[in-house]
Amino acid sequence: MDIDDHDIRLAVNGRTYRRRIESRLLLSDFLRHELGLAGTHVGCEHGVCGACTILFDGEPVRACLMFAVQADRHEISTVEGLAAADDHYHPLQQAMHDHHGLQCGYCTPGILMTMSAFLAENIAPTEEEVREALSGNLCRCTGYQNIVDAVLAAAKSMRG
Amino acid sequence: MSTRSFGEPVKRNEDRRLLTGRALFIDDVELPGLLHAALLRSQMAHGRIVRIDVSRALQRPGVVAAYVAGDLGPYWQPGPVLVPPPPIAGIVFHARTQVPLAKDKVRHVGEPLAIVIAESRYIAEDALDDIEVELDQLPAVVDLEQALDAGSALVHDDVGSNISAHVRQTKGHYAAAAAGADHIIRRRFHYEHGISSPIETRGVVAQWDGRAGQMTIWDTTQAPVFVRNGLAGVLGLNERQVRVIAPFVGGGFGPKIMMFYPEEVLLPWISMQLNRPVKWIEDRLEHFVATTHERGQIHDAEIALTKDGKILGIKDVFLHDGGAYDPYGLTVPINSQCTLLGPYVVPHYDSTFTQVFTNLPIVTPYRGAGRQHGVFVMERLLDFAAHELNIDPAEIRRRNLIPPDAFPYKNEIIYQDFAPLEYDSGNYEPVLDMALDAIGYKAFRDEQAAARLQGRHLGIGIACYVEGTGIGPYEGAKVQVQSNGKVSIATGIGTQGQGHFTVFAQIAADQLGVAVSDINVVTGDTDQFYWGAGTFASRGAVVAGNAVNEASKAVRKKALKLAGDLFECAEEDLVIADGKVSIVGIPEKFVTLGDLARQANPMRGAVQPGTEPGLESTQYFGPKMGATANGVHAMTVEMDPRTFELKILKYVVVHDCGTVINPMILAGQIHGGVAQGIGNAFYEKLVFDEQGQLLTATLADYLLPTALEVPRMELAHTVTKSPLNPLGIKGAGEAGAIPVGPLFAQAIEDALDLKARGVELLEIPLSPSRLFELSREAKW
Amino acid sequence: MKPAPFKYIAATSLEQALALKAEHGDDAKFLAGGQSLIPTMNFRLARPAVLIDINGIEELSGISSSESATRIGALTRYRTLQRDAAFVGLFPLIGEALPHIAHPQIRNRGTVGGNLAHADPASELPAIMLALRARLRVRAQSRERWIDAADFFIGGLTTDLEPDEMLVEIELPLPNARSGASFLEIARRKGDFAIAGVAAMVALDDQDQCSDVRLTLCGVGDTPVDASAAAQSLAGQVPSEALVSDAAGAVQAMIDPGGSVHATADYQRHIAGVLAERALRTAYQRARDGH
Repeated sequence: MDIDDHDIRLAVNGRTYRRRIESRLLLSDFLRHELGLAGTHVGCEHGVCGACTILFDGEPVRACLMFAVQADRHEISTVEGLAAADDHYHPLQQAMHDHHGLQCGYCTPGILMTMSAFLAENIAPTEEEVREALSGNLCRCTGYQNIVDAVLAAAKSMRG
Repeated sequence: MSTRSFGEPVKRNEDRRLLTGRALFIDDVELPGLLHAALLRSQMAHGRIVRIDVSRALQRPGVVAAYVAGDLGPYWQPGPVLVPPPPIAGIVFHARTQVPLAKDKVRHVGEPLAIVIAESRYIAEDALDDIEVELDQLPAVVDLEQALDAGSALVHDDVGSNISAHVRQTKGHYAAAAAGADHIIRRRFHYEHGISSPIETRGVVAQWDGRAGQMTIWDTTQAPVFVRNGLAGVLGLNERQVRVIAPFVGGGFGPKIMMFYPEEVLLPWISMQLNRPVKWIEDRLEHFVATTHERGQIHDAEIALTKDGKILGIKDVFLHDGGAYDPYGLTVPINSQCTLLGPYVVPHYDSTFTQVFTNLPIVTPYRGAGRQHGVFVMERLLDFAAHELNIDPAEIRRRNLIPPDAFPYKNEIIYQDFAPLEYDSGNYEPVLDMALDAIGYKAFRDEQAAARLQGRHLGIGIACYVEGTGIGPYEGAKVQVQSNGKVSIATGIGTQGQGHFTVFAQIAADQLGVAVSDINVVTGDTDQFYWGAGTFASRGAVVAGNAVNEASKAVRKKALKLAGDLFECAEEDLVIADGKVSIVGIPEKFVTLGDLARQANPMRGAVQPGTEPGLESTQYFGPKMGATANGVHAMTVEMDPRTFELKILKYVVVHDCGTVINPMILAGQIHGGVAQGIGNAFYEKLVFDEQGQLLTATLADYLLPTALEVPRMELAHTVTKSPLNPLGIKGAGEAGAIPVGPLFAQAIEDALDLKARGVELLEIPLSPSRLFELSREAKW
Repeated sequence: MKPAPFKYIAATSLEQALALKAEHGDDAKFLAGGQSLIPTMNFRLARPAVLIDINGIEELSGISSSESATRIGALTRYRTLQRDAAFVGLFPLIGEALPHIAHPQIRNRGTVGGNLAHADPASELPAIMLALRARLRVRAQSRERWIDAADFFIGGLTTDLEPDEMLVEIELPLPNARSGASFLEIARRKGDFAIAGVAAMVALDDQDQCSDVRLTLCGVGDTPVDASAAAQSLAGQVPSEALVSDAAGAVQAMIDPGGSVHATADYQRHIAGVLAERALRTAYQRARDGH
């Protein structure tokens, strides 16, 4: 069977990329290995753990449940684009640092992307709402408590 | 002005890279010409290999190579016994270790049959379908008791039985104690622990450079030095020719140590055959059967007591599921055997276990490492004793706690570090009191009664445990002040998230008067530090931390000596702070540490005999035995009496791990451990069918707790320093996970009045469905 | 876990998509949200030779309401429904069930049509469509038909769709003015597939008596179960504790759950009764109190 290649053109973190890729290439693998944006991590490839969460046209989705070819003419945001500049954390990143919301850090990019979108929609969440929003991201290290604290703190700082 | 950082909640050095997605994890390793591996794994738990034919796979475009056991020639051999059996009289141990690719027989689902190397993982997986496999199915050994029946199929034919090990340890004379007891309670318990399931699976990248004669291996291992030594040996290379790098590892929890995994053995050899770098990343489906487990034990236990609830003795006979191979020796069941004793005075103890071969994946330590099983037995026996003797459950525990003046407390039996079990220090009663206070124990009965009037079923649980931590053999650290004044620390252990880049820096920071953020820690690279054991058994902070301390002290001494020579004054007249050494009271008379480092490495002059250049020192630390941490967990729950759904209302941990280096990191370890304990108690269950097939083989079926299942926890600490190391620290990595099972059993029984209705919870894990089934036996 | 190779075609029109499906039949699958399909492809349990991406066919998504019914395009994503206050106000049963479906990231991509066409026995929406008496519009290249929800779900993961057909739209009759609904589910963790789920809708006459009771379940059989007959005794009545309890018992008697690694069949049967009781009671209260 001939390889089913497609040309795609997409924006990732504001920068345009053009590539020719096989149709079955998962978006997660495309970002990590084709574009070298290895901050998005792969944990399960069946859509449960949430480690691969990126923003697709601004909405959190699981990159392991999309093919790269589906991203043609769309906009993707990954963790590499979250900080405004090298020394300018997103409030969520700062809060995660301040509250020890990460240990091994493997699930962290997925959580940052999920929760940054969550806070953009709900800037004054309750703890229950935060936990609910977080429930699609598995963490095996932290027990979630410090992540919840970080999100609540980030929300507070973003409310000004 | 220098502030003391040891003991402070210093924020982590490693966070920046992790938060910005720039930390190197195993799958981030990219090399020119990299090839990708996929393994064909047995779908059958037990069978004879008739035929494995890879020829069609080799014809697929993009496939570079494919190997079966026979292709490895003399390289094929069973792995080493990592932990030999401890020196216990009468011990039986049949060592049978795992192999790189199955030959003759497969012994568990997931055992590798063949490996394919291709231009991409996608193509490699395509090629797995091309491989023809014929296996003659044999009956699978799954049930622990049936495995020991006369007619059972044998996992290892040459052993003659399915006994992997048999160990009996005694203290005192149980039979005599029981004869004099007022009360004896006997129960059968089933305790299953689960799999570690870190969010990052395993992986190996191997790169052989034939010209340089150099093998570089990236590996998600918790023991890079051991892996380097072992692989150098089997590959026929000098240790100096092999470099093992453990990058950032996305959660270890124990099973990332087990070596050799087949993939660790295969990839370097393949790289040498093909002269190209090769990568294998375990996918989640593989992880369920290819990475080691902890599983179950069946205990027939009895406790002999006075009518006041004082323990006279305990007898326990248990079966331990070790899986198809036993490379890790007896570590897990010995931990169960020893940790059962807990923080209590148990004058007489008779414990026997049989480690059983089964056609299931290998069992090796996973956070808690068998302690959970022992603690469950003891805590449940005490709960039933409390019920039958009409003593409050917290009170019966209090009456049996080892008193504070009894330390070091000798339990006599042999522990996993091969030394007789001895608790170095502890003060247990205040820990219990603090936990009872924090959970509101006294007021709870009234609250419970009031809630019951509203139709709400609340329950409370309390569980105590000790944890042996910080065992040897040793770790080492090299501390070096660089000419820019920043400090570099190298050590042989790796990192899986427990904050080593920060806690080790804190230790050095105080000795050297340098900011924590100016201290760079390198871990897990065998070219950076040659010697060590690994991160396991809650020992990193204790053992490597003390090595860092010793090395930092040595560097401090050198710095003071050099500065003293420079300023021609006594060392007592000097102070180190803010990266400078200055004369007390004359701050303008200073020299920076960086300058001192430069001066210690002269271009001219002489380095005096008996001294070394530079401001650096390498020191090792090996404790003579493990340090014993302890704790108490308490929890209140609400149960729906009709659906058996459970909600945790309050969760308290009071913990003593001696001196605390970083309370923020410590709290994180406890949170994470408790979360895993909650998973173990109520959500995670490995379900095997009679053919040894794993039915819960995805994350949709193996249920890890989410942010909705793990509650907010309240933590408190006491400090009884360990006399076994200069810093007084004890390990803490596993503490959160250990007593959660019996806590759930107790709280659920309390909420639903189960004991009064003749229903006892003798097993873990539990679930609403299981509780429904068990309570159908209730006498209403 | 990488998928097997396939030919990918991004359909630009419904006609093109249907023509392709007619051409390839069961060798092709439509790619909508992909949240159920792609995991099975990554496991290599599903290996379609052709994947027809319908995400670009705009006419397939959208919500429109008339006086008698609301129509939902099959490609409408769960999150669109969740955020449509008017829709959730009209159909609180769906609004109550949506938070139980997986997690936000899944709901951002997953589609209603994809869910129904996938027909997982533990999935919530099929049972809810059954409760709401939904009608499903199905198209093939040169034909169209309407299927009642009651006739759509044939077996586990099996619908009445022919190999060349696509579900394009769901039509929901508007609930009675005086009606209340309740959706309750028990799962091991929120978002997991239901061990048992109950959808109840109660319509009242002006004497607060039940004029129409709909009761359906998910997770307790190969298909969603219409247990409305079990609530027959409530018709024309103000439901007493005894009547509701009897109805719950009747529900338990009429289902045949299969059990799973997470729950025994008896537990499923048991909680189906408990949830039926609670859902009927709540639906009635909401109808009576106007929510």
